Amino acid sequence: MVSIFFYLFAFILIFSSVFVITAKNPVHSVFFLILSFFNATGLFVLMGAEFLAMLLLIVYVGAVAVLFLFVIMMLNIDFKSLRTGIMKNARLGLIIGVVLLAEIIFSIMGMHYGKDKILGTNLSVVSNEIENTRLLGNVLYTDYIYLFQTAGLILLVAMVGAIVLTHRKRDNVRKQDATKQVLRNKSETLNINDIEIGKGA
Amino acid sequence: MESLYIEYLPIAIFIAFAFGLAILFALSSWLIGKQLPDSEKLSPYECGFEPFEDARIQFDVRFYLVAILFIIFDLEVAFLFPWAVSLSNIGILGFISMMIFLFLLTIGFVYEWKKGALEWD
Amino acid sequence: MLDIINYDAFLFLITIFAKILVLVIPLLIIVAFLTYAERKVIAAVQLRKGPNVVGPFGLLQPLADGLKLFSKESIFPTVANKFIFILAPMVAFGLSIAAWAVIPVADGWVISNINVGILYLFAISSLSVYGIIMAGWASNSKYAFMGALRSAAQMVSYEVSIGLVIVTVLVCVGSLNLGKIVYAQQNTWFIFPLFPMFIVFFISALAETNRAPFDLPEDESSLVGGYFTEYSSMLFAMFFLGEYAAMIMMSGMTTILFLGGWLAPFDIALLNKVPGIIWFAGKTSLILFLFLWVRATFPRFRYDQLMRIGWKVFLPLSLLWVVLTSGFLIVFDLLPGNV
Repeated sequence: MVSIFFYLFAFILIFSSVFVITAKNPVHSVFFLILSFFNATGLFVLMGAEFLAMLLLIVYVGAVAVLFLFVIMMLNIDFKSLRTGIMKNARLGLIIGVVLLAEIIFSIMGMHYGKDKILGTNLSVVSNEIENTRLLGNVLYTDYIYLFQTAGLILLVAMVGAIVLTHRKRDNVRKQDATKQVLRNKSETLNINDIEIGKGA
Repeated sequence: MESLYIEYLPIAIFIAFAFGLAILFALSSWLIGKQLPDSEKLSPYECGFEPFEDARIQFDVRFYLVAILFIIFDLEVAFLFPWAVSLSNIGILGFISMMIFLFLLTIGFVYEWKKGALEWD
Repeated sequence: MLDIINYDAFLFLITIFAKILVLVIPLLIIVAFLTYAERKVIAAVQLRKGPNVVGPFGLLQPLADGLKLFSKESIFPTVANKFIFILAPMVAFGLSIAAWAVIPVADGWVISNINVGILYLFAISSLSVYGIIMAGWASNSKYAFMGALRSAAQMVSYEVSIGLVIVTVLVCVGSLNLGKIVYAQQNTWFIFPLFPMFIVFFISALAETNRAPFDLPEDESSLVGGYFTEYSSMLFAMFFLGEYAAMIMMSGMTTILFLGGWLAPFDIALLNKVPGIIWFAGKTSLILFLFLWVRATFPRFRYDQLMRIGWKVFLPLSLLWVVLTSGFLIVFDLLPGNV
């Protein structure tokens, strides 16, 4: 029963990943990407990694893919002209691909390092006795404190970088200062003039 | 593991059911309603004139900035979930560790604020 | 042919289906009557009568509306991307129904009691932006596109404060399970110690479900109908139903996080005799009434004001509250243990 679901998710995952690359319309590519994220979520659930499954939905589908869609849908780039140079950049693409592949292989080979920390307590990550969110939390902030702080630094750099790259100062804008509006009182804004009848301007 | 699957199978069925219901609604209404399309009816909505520019106009880069900032803060929230759950186990070190993390992000937030990236004008 | 294992599995599946039907059918009826309640409440606020012709007190009005929308022509604009155009309302409607799979309406009355229930709800609410983006893009119409853009930026902005409010509650609970969140409130409902967070959550919920005063995506005076400008018939109705179902979902979530879910207000034998579902429904209706009341009372926000509140008020406030709550619990050693 479980293996049926595994093959279903894995099959759709692989095929939708292929379609991400081959789809003509980039918007369709993003939708296939979202489909593959959903199937990866299914696989995580089958492994018992509930927290990671939900996080994949929240972060990748709910945030990252939204950004992709924003860019692709809204920028209205002429994608036909982008496609023409594909062979010219093939060599560069190949190099990047090989580097990424090597990184993945090295990180898989290096995986046994943290293993004893998590598995050493005789509870596998997939244990259902203790929520795996708690297992993750127990080690992430203390045993892996430096990596955790590095993640914080990366986020800080990302935040600053995003602002530097996209923020433009605008001229000629009238802004509302809510604090000023709320704090003003009657004496500053209102004065009552006693005007005789017939003499008002 | 078994108990985990027993909890997740109903969710899978429920989601399938919800979307099945949505398809049923759309399909049955399409079958029941009388379909009389014509070219005016099928043109995009506009007040009495032909739409004179492409609907997918170049959009403001501020929307893009909002989306990026959202990803960063969403990740921050994602880091907070396991911390909130296991705060009792990780003690004062875990608490301080998170405070440093939040402090770093607060620096970024203050920078954003001062730069005016949070203004929508 | 029926050996014992197959029979068990069969029985299990039948129970699941029965449970789903028992939940979804009343839910759809409630959604229909929420539209009626909304019109009646707003009418009462504005000293009008509201629907009162179809059936006694106009009670059959939602049925008549539904039948009308059902029998209308489905219009698919020629410039639209057909597949995504049809998919969008299904996503909007399907997601807001699917969220109910984990909401416990009474003690043990839940379709699936997963460990990460609150994350599932958070994920569903962050996915609901897709229905709108897809509709806006697929329609290929200016108004729909503008509405979708505004709406997406608005929803993601308030998503962050919703997440931080949830974290504040989780610090007090120590579990992501919705049932445990409710049980943690047996002595005090979280609305009392975390009152500012309740307010932030409620207002963010208004923005997240695109309700007044944050209904800019469907701002009729500037955007015609916003992201569903080009929709007709049942496809339009599904956006409508989805919005109301999402409202009920958000109210249910507020009830679970802050109002003690199905628990009685006081731990007295007499009140405990009342079934949990009645408490849950009562509290949820109260929050729903607030949704309607707010709509009848407040004028619409301007877009810059909306973004300002989300990023400059709610985000720092809820982040500060996470720090204060966790610091308080650490200092006074009140943290929940392993639940």
